Amino acid sequence: MAVYKRTYAAYEGSLTPTWSRFLILPRYSFARLWQSKFLVMFFMACFFYPLGCVGYIYLANNLSVLSSFGIPVGNFIKVEPSLFLYFCWVQAAFTYLLTAFVGPSLVSPDLVNGAMPLYLCRPFSRAEYIAGKMSVLVFLLSLVTWVPGLILFAIQGSLAGWEWTKANYWIAGSLFVGLMVWIVMLSLLALALSAWIKWKIAAGGLVLGVFFAGAGFGTALNNVMRTQYGTLLNLTEVMFTVWSKLFRWPSDTGISVEASWICIGVVCAICLWLLIRRVRPFEVVK
Amino acid sequence: MDPVIELAGLSVRFGNREILHNLRVALSGRTIGLLGPNGAGKSTLIQTLLGFVPLSAGSANIFGHDIRQQTRELRALIGYMPENDSFIANLTAVSFVRMMGELAGLPRDAALERAHEVLFYVGLGEARYRLLGTYSLGMKQLAKLAQAIVHGPRLLILDEPTNGLDPSARLRMIRLIKEMKQTGSMHIVVCSHLLRDVEETCEEVLILKQGRVVHYSNLEEERRANKRFVELETVGEEKDFAGALAALGCECVGVGLGRLKMVLPADFELREIYRLAAERDLQLRRLNYRRDTLEDIFLKAMEN
Repeated sequence: MAVYKRTYAAYEGSLTPTWSRFLILPRYSFARLWQSKFLVMFFMACFFYPLGCVGYIYLANNLSVLSSFGIPVGNFIKVEPSLFLYFCWVQAAFTYLLTAFVGPSLVSPDLVNGAMPLYLCRPFSRAEYIAGKMSVLVFLLSLVTWVPGLILFAIQGSLAGWEWTKANYWIAGSLFVGLMVWIVMLSLLALALSAWIKWKIAAGGLVLGVFFAGAGFGTALNNVMRTQYGTLLNLTEVMFTVWSKLFRWPSDTGISVEASWICIGVVCAICLWLLIRRVRPFEVVK
Repeated sequence: MDPVIELAGLSVRFGNREILHNLRVALSGRTIGLLGPNGAGKSTLIQTLLGFVPLSAGSANIFGHDIRQQTRELRALIGYMPENDSFIANLTAVSFVRMMGELAGLPRDAALERAHEVLFYVGLGEARYRLLGTYSLGMKQLAKLAQAIVHGPRLLILDEPTNGLDPSARLRMIRLIKEMKQTGSMHIVVCSHLLRDVEETCEEVLILKQGRVVHYSNLEEERRANKRFVELETVGEEKDFAGALAALGCECVGVGLGRLKMVLPADFELREIYRLAAERDLQLRRLNYRRDTLEDIFLKAMEN
């Protein structure tokens, strides 16, 4: 119907499948996020290290290039699992900053402006809302973590040959699992904190602060109580323990892998619980 | 006519406090008014119907769908305009309404087309590319109405639709409600504490007080009943006069200070009133044709 008619008419067309509706939220969120020049520039900066790794992998597999420039080629330049572990470590730092910038703008504006009843009065559940908002972060962070990680693995595999790929296929799994766990934990943390701290800047600061405060408090606890369990409050160390295990690298964090997995599970569960308590169609006033 | 909303002993409890108590009513009007003083439970009832608040007892059906069992199906049939500020500040009105349409199940292109249509319809056509955060209160109300009707709901729930509107914006909102009612494609629930708004737009009225139904009135039926409501002001002894009128078939109630309210039978001649008054040497100071306004109904319900 043309707009000039300006009369109300009921809608009688077809409807989209229910399962696909949570994807509407990321579409609108991305349209808004990419309007920020800072985000676009930072997002591009996140690919500098992977590009450096590509160069490193190329050189490691083409030592003759270095020799032709008269550079002595020793045994120091070779691709090991530790390269991918360091890749995780560096890209995790970028995602940490990216989350602090993007995460708070996803949920807190809806809560500040009372938009929750508008979402939830439709055939759209709280779980779909959370999944929709979380998928923004999961997709964005995946693009700078395990996706380039797997591309690096594929490049190395193609250059080093089938034997290397067959012997090291577990690295691909470790990259995907290790970075997805990090992304999920980071996303839940950002959404939960921004749901409770409605001021975007404060929520972003808190996302950053949780890691620093946790590390500081954990170290203090270790020193006072003469234990190692305080390290469990340091989420960076916890994650590094898990990654070290996944990449078959010795870990010196002092906590067991099992305790680290449990710690990550508990953090995710708490964040989910906090989110569910806040994402409601109306505020509960006691 | 099948009831639009049917409440069967519906009760809602928050902790130890019962907010809605054993509500039983069947509403089938095209426009239904929900009235009550602050804290009567109007908004809680709306939130319950939308499935936001769990029932502690009883049941409720909308278009025959149980609100507990078929919440998702029901929400597809309902459009809701909340009372409080509800918007997404950093979206333009057209993106906002489009997104709400898509969330209700409309395909992308259809949602965009409908968003333009409803924004023109509610009067925001020229401002549809502005960010919602820059809208005035009246414009936000209209944007909320637009998002509530974008998917063509069968039941539209308006919670205080004229809140914060200036007189001309209020008239516009009332006109829109009347127009939508006349399309015949949707039922409308208007929750308001402004009796005039409800009286102007609604066929049925449900009055709540302290979580209970204290009055139900079908205004449309009463308007159609063609009863003749007369209010008399007399000086003198009116008890005998009232008895004589009752003997002629009038329903007569004294409201004090010589005032009488009557419902006249269909074939009653007004001159009979003057004759009976003259026979009793009773002065008639005033005779008004009058029926109970919604305000009278509301005040009586509150007194009860």
